[in-house]
Amino acid sequence: MTHIKVNVDGTVYEDDVEPRLLLAHYLRDRLGLTGTPIGCDTSNCGACTVDLDGATVKSCSVLAVQADGSEVTTVQGLARNGELTALQRAFHELHALQCGYCTPGMIMAARDLLRENPRPGPDEVRHALEGNLCRCTGYQNIVRAVLAASGQDTARSGQETAQEVRA
Amino acid sequence: MTDQAVAREVGRSRLRKEDARLITGQTNWTDNIQVTGLLQLAVLRSPMAHARIGRVDVSPALDRPGVVAAFSGADLADGLGSLPCAWPVTEDIVLPGHPPIAVDEVRHAGDPVAVVVARDRYLAADALEAIEVDYEPLPPVLDLEAALADDAPLVHADKGTNRSYVWPLATGESFAAVRERAEVTVKRRYHQQRLIPNAMEPRAVVVTPLAASGEYTVYSATQIPHILRIMLATVTGVPEHKLRVIAPDVGGGFGSKLQVYGEEAIALAVARRLGRPVKWTESRSEGYLATHHGRGMIQDVEVAATREGRLLGLKVDLIADMGAYLMLVTPGIPILGAFMYPGIYKMDAYEFTCTGVFTTRTPTDAYRGAGRPEATFAIERIMDELAAELGLDPVELRRRNWIRHEEFPYTTIAGLTYDSGDYEAATDKALALFGYDGLRAEQRERNARGDTVRLGIGVSTFTEMCGLAPSRVLRDLRYGAGGWEAASIRMLPTGKVEVVTGTSPHGQGHETCWSQIAADVLGVPFEDVEVVHGDTRSAPQGMDTYGSRSLAVGGEAVHRAATRVVDKARKVAAHLLEASEQDLDFTDGVFSVKGSPEARRTIQEIAFETFSSHDLPDGMEPTINAEYLVDPENFSYPHGTHLCAVEVDTETGMARIRSYVCVDDVGRVVNPMIVEGQVHGGLAQGIAQALYEEAVYDDEGNLVSGTMTDYLVPSAVDLPDFVTDRTETPAASNALGVKGVGEAGTIASTPAVVNAVVDALRPFGVLDVRMPCTPERIWQAVRSAAAGKEAAA
Repeated sequence: MTHIKVNVDGTVYEDDVEPRLLLAHYLRDRLGLTGTPIGCDTSNCGACTVDLDGATVKSCSVLAVQADGSEVTTVQGLARNGELTALQRAFHELHALQCGYCTPGMIMAARDLLRENPRPGPDEVRHALEGNLCRCTGYQNIVRAVLAASGQDTARSGQETAQEVRA
Repeated sequence: MTDQAVAREVGRSRLRKEDARLITGQTNWTDNIQVTGLLQLAVLRSPMAHARIGRVDVSPALDRPGVVAAFSGADLADGLGSLPCAWPVTEDIVLPGHPPIAVDEVRHAGDPVAVVVARDRYLAADALEAIEVDYEPLPPVLDLEAALADDAPLVHADKGTNRSYVWPLATGESFAAVRERAEVTVKRRYHQQRLIPNAMEPRAVVVTPLAASGEYTVYSATQIPHILRIMLATVTGVPEHKLRVIAPDVGGGFGSKLQVYGEEAIALAVARRLGRPVKWTESRSEGYLATHHGRGMIQDVEVAATREGRLLGLKVDLIADMGAYLMLVTPGIPILGAFMYPGIYKMDAYEFTCTGVFTTRTPTDAYRGAGRPEATFAIERIMDELAAELGLDPVELRRRNWIRHEEFPYTTIAGLTYDSGDYEAATDKALALFGYDGLRAEQRERNARGDTVRLGIGVSTFTEMCGLAPSRVLRDLRYGAGGWEAASIRMLPTGKVEVVTGTSPHGQGHETCWSQIAADVLGVPFEDVEVVHGDTRSAPQGMDTYGSRSLAVGGEAVHRAATRVVDKARKVAAHLLEASEQDLDFTDGVFSVKGSPEARRTIQEIAFETFSSHDLPDGMEPTINAEYLVDPENFSYPHGTHLCAVEVDTETGMARIRSYVCVDDVGRVVNPMIVEGQVHGGLAQGIAQALYEEAVYDDEGNLVSGTMTDYLVPSAVDLPDFVTDRTETPAASNALGVKGVGEAGTIASTPAVVNAVVDALRPFGVLDVRMPCTPERIWQAVRSAAAGKEAAA
């Protein structure tokens, strides 16, 4: 067992954990912070994306012990006093979620993008979210929501070059 | 039925009630559930496609830390019956038993062999490694046609055949006769690759026992809590009235959670045996083996036509991959498609045969569209081939054959009565949005100058049948259940309203849409309505959510139940206002006496008056609550025209969607925002079949595309922007005028995309590209067509 001290969404937790415990399971099973879901076992889907000291990570690919001494922000730590963030509002207003399982990870990844690039183009949004899979929306409204949260026109969501990256 | 009040809510893009919890992480996924003393269950699965099980020794696992129990299939066999198949499509169907956990033989990679129950998920996973199993390999059965040979190795040796059933349909003239007089025939073989549904939430189940009274609560990531309750009672012997099934927040399904899974039964059996709460959560890779797959068919399709392009007949021979077992509706999936192969077209002869075949692969079952995408693909693909054969524009060929709007209601050659539709209107609108003529001109120009990147244009004018009904027709199809749906409305004393629905949403937005429907009929604020669902105790009656049925059947039930509430409230209002019922107006939730509008009572006031019951009409039962079970008179038939333009690089084989336009007619629309979202998501999955996804097995029967790394679920960079629009032809078969929308995009889009890819390559002599149309396959298609041309010259 390893002793860790982690600040999650503003609360400091101290725990003894097995070195192999994934951060995602630490958040969900030990802290009861189940707002961060797990969608795969190969770090492809991005549902479990959280912020670790200012950078996004897939919490299924980080050990809890690696978060020792760190600050973690999850989707549950975004809204303050019931006040939603611009991204959360935009996801709601532009119907950027259906089942909502990918939504926490999508919002965390989009938040990271907007921190680095406050006015991304639609294709930049698509590229930034490439590591987050959604099976419900076809992504169009997600892209629009991210553009809206950055204060931009949402009419275009990047059709022209969307597929060229993989080529 | 009373007329609906002026629609204030229906037709409005209300933002979703569901979102608040989903965007803040305050969700209740099944895997989130923690209860005191919860144990984690893990499943050991067969690493082989087909083997006889020798010795299974779970005892070494019991020595591992934190392990509470371990069971082999034989250990659990006593309390576990066969998993159900509710759609035995023929009288003589070969329907093998399906033990939730294998006892003697494993029949696909991933078949459960043993389970461990431990204090947490890590310890449970560790202990699986200690279980010892001896397998005696048996030959895998993978090729659908070879499996039908007399000397083929058998998936179920005791059945003596791999043929599960042969289901024929022949209507109109004989195909042979129309073929005789046809001037043109076109015959093709299409392959519907296996797909993995990939709902983002993996499956999970939690069972909490109350041992003293023998009661069990089953939480499951399921689309079908009501059906699951009945079936789990049958499989485990726990009496139905002692079982409560809850579908908490469910993260997508797409048909994959329309199932009664072995793990659900195993978790219940183990919780019963131990008297302890048990949880099982699948990992994604485990789900790829253990959650049912979709599609998986070979389609031989032939059309006969006149030189002018009038369709005379259609013949379809399917071989459908059942996988290793028949699960809940496995054999019925291709049969659901059987009625859709003629699509929107008129013809004189139709012959269809489906042969269901067992293989040593994960069972197939419903996946978004379920039989109808396959049918639509075949007819829409071969219409393009026929158009090419006749030298006709593919849109023009469709015009010459489709049912004209003035011909509805129209009984098709397959025997369905399409109640309404306007294919002309949807097509004209789509062509204009798409800029069809301009794109065709550009295509001609680029073909003429030999551009290495070719433009292809694909069309799909689809319809589908959804909202499975009426129940009597389902009986004729040998479907095990009815097609009704239930709703009840509780008018609470404080004026708030509970709408209890038997549908079980998992992303569709029923809480929002049902609120809109009820608010309109009752004339109460949208915010005053709460929708209760997904729990067999609080919403005890229902047939759940699948097959785009929820709005057309369940939404209709809400509408009619609410109308009943108004009818009952009218009696109370008439009594209180000392007027006759006929003299009352009801507008925006207010009963008023005609001619004296000051004499009024709101329906919410009536709810309180009824609660107090101090002054009700003589002999009236003191409630205005109401229930309605709708058994619809017909399916609903959404339709639409989808157009896709692709740029195909003939040197790299890369196909890129340049534009995608669709005009769908889903009848009257309750919430346009949600409808658009459903179309987007449907398109994504249909396009994914056309271009990206395939469950690939090797020659030994191992799933090669066994993780999300190897199976290409498209990301945001793999999909284009969609241009969506609508026409609105109300359905005649329900009072709301609504049709289904959940599967339409998936059903329509796959052939539109593949038609576009083939259209781009037709100048090279390419007649087909097998799905998914990967760069490699496109490149090969161009190369082999060129080689063929050279050889011919």
